[in-house]
Amino acid sequence: MTPKRHAHQGMESAGHRLIGLYLPLLLFLLFLLLPIIWTIITSIKPASEIITLRIRYLPIEPTLEHYRSLFRTLPFAAYFRNSLFVSSGAALFSLVLSTSAAYSVSRFRYRGRGMVMLLFLTLNMFPIVLLLIPLFVIFRSLQLLDTYLALIIAYSTYAIPFCCWMLTGFFNSIPHELEESGMVDGCTHGMAFVRITLPLAAPAMAATLIYIFIYAWNEFLFAVTFTRSLASRTLPVGLATLIGQHVLNWGLLTAGGVVSSIPAIVLFMFIQKYMTAGLTAGAVKG
Amino acid sequence: MFGLSYPQQRKVSPYLLLLPAFLAIAGVIAYPILRAVIMSFQSYSLMRPADIGFIGLGNYVRAIQDEVFWLSLRNTAVYVFASVGFQFLLGLGLALVLNKRSLLSTLSKNLMLIPWVIPGVLGAFMWRWLFNANYGLINDVLLRLGILSERIAWLSRADTAMSAVILTTVWRGMPFFALMLLAGLQAVPDDLYEAARMDGARGWQQLLYVTVPVIMPVIVTTTLLRIIWTANFVDLIYLMTEGGPGYSTQVLSVYTFMTARSTLNYGYSAALSIFLTLFLMLVVLMYIGRARKEGIL
Repeated sequence: MTPKRHAHQGMESAGHRLIGLYLPLLLFLLFLLLPIIWTIITSIKPASEIITLRIRYLPIEPTLEHYRSLFRTLPFAAYFRNSLFVSSGAALFSLVLSTSAAYSVSRFRYRGRGMVMLLFLTLNMFPIVLLLIPLFVIFRSLQLLDTYLALIIAYSTYAIPFCCWMLTGFFNSIPHELEESGMVDGCTHGMAFVRITLPLAAPAMAATLIYIFIYAWNEFLFAVTFTRSLASRTLPVGLATLIGQHVLNWGLLTAGGVVSSIPAIVLFMFIQKYMTAGLTAGAVKG
Repeated sequence: MFGLSYPQQRKVSPYLLLLPAFLAIAGVIAYPILRAVIMSFQSYSLMRPADIGFIGLGNYVRAIQDEVFWLSLRNTAVYVFASVGFQFLLGLGLALVLNKRSLLSTLSKNLMLIPWVIPGVLGAFMWRWLFNANYGLINDVLLRLGILSERIAWLSRADTAMSAVILTTVWRGMPFFALMLLAGLQAVPDDLYEAARMDGARGWQQLLYVTVPVIMPVIVTTTLLRIIWTANFVDLIYLMTEGGPGYSTQVLSVYTFMTARSTLNYGYSAALSIFLTLFLMLVVLMYIGRARKEGIL
């Protein structure tokens, strides 16, 4: 019976797979990717082909002029530098602060441990606007507005609970017997952790670091509220100010968008598999 | 360590290890939330810094009397319900397609996440450009196909703006939904389908009576999470319509943000954010219940 059914499936497969599988898949991809493709196409069109009532789908005279003017006439290099510093700072700061807490939750059993885990997972679900308003007031009185530090602190509100949650999971997946055998050889608890568990967890920790980097790289709300000048404005704020000043310059906007997304996309491809666990638990923000 | 015996150390050290993260959380999350609560009971406007003082429930009363508050609450319900609903339907469709092995599935799994990985600012601008009345692609295609007879300014008409921002939100959130559901689908045992086929179940019957019931926990968890994120979301609507035209796309999170940003009335805006938090808390509690049930927590 089984072979017969398979033969039957084989006959209908070509047509069926096309209609039941490839066609819907292509339609989904079209919906998801067309806006991005259109953005890339717009970014290489000369202004005369962008602002026209008779749209041509492909550029007749492709150009890189928008990309050039991003860096020549606009302070895009400064935005880029700020984003780089803020994102790396936020990722390192939060990871360092979170590692020992994650280790505690993963390796010890004690009263209140469940509550701690619950906090790690749900602290991120507080509305951003709830934190935004008091943080602004606090940063203002500490004179931290328009500095990298303000953003690094603001991003740690998301990143610290996230790190704690993710690292706990990663440490859980490394058998604690490994550390115990290290302790038999004379290591203390701390040394066993640093020598044995940390190296094993390093790739996953790097992925966590990168995820926070991407989050900070893309973040807009805190950034637009706490930054005022080129001293600290990050790429998303730079992009948003672009639309304020150059309402009709879609070439420049799309080029800026393409340049700012490339790092996030490339980095994410590397860490995707590490994020699935955090994704299904709800730690990764949608 | 501090002259403690080893068993004593084992008791104390987990708490000591928690300390750095806890101090940080207390400083950057707990203290600001406390400040927000205090501010919500104050008249606190940066325009009139001399007049800061307690006004009891004044800000909350003002919210209840504020038409825009109620309107934005209604809009939040519509926006969240429609966005999450369509994300679920489309995300399930995409997950089902991706669950079948094909030449394109790995590539698609990587590509489909791009809308979610790029900056929200860019997502908003991309769709503003697509929806642009004169030079946008959407009007162009619909005109060529003869579906429209004249250009529509999608984002500046009260009757289309909400649909436009919902479409954008669905675009951005659908990959996340699909990915979660796909993880659920891959855990459905094959023999369940086998048994259903034996009983003569057709494709859609299998979906309805086998697939959906088995992945129901994933569907519920994901839906709750998406409700939380979508209700929290400010970037897209703020950058696409600023809650307009009129108040047609004004949702509570954006209204709170704009109250702080443009009127600088922090007291009122803090009260609005407390309302948002309380509403969301209900969903978060439901989520915690689910997470416990599924052993995530």
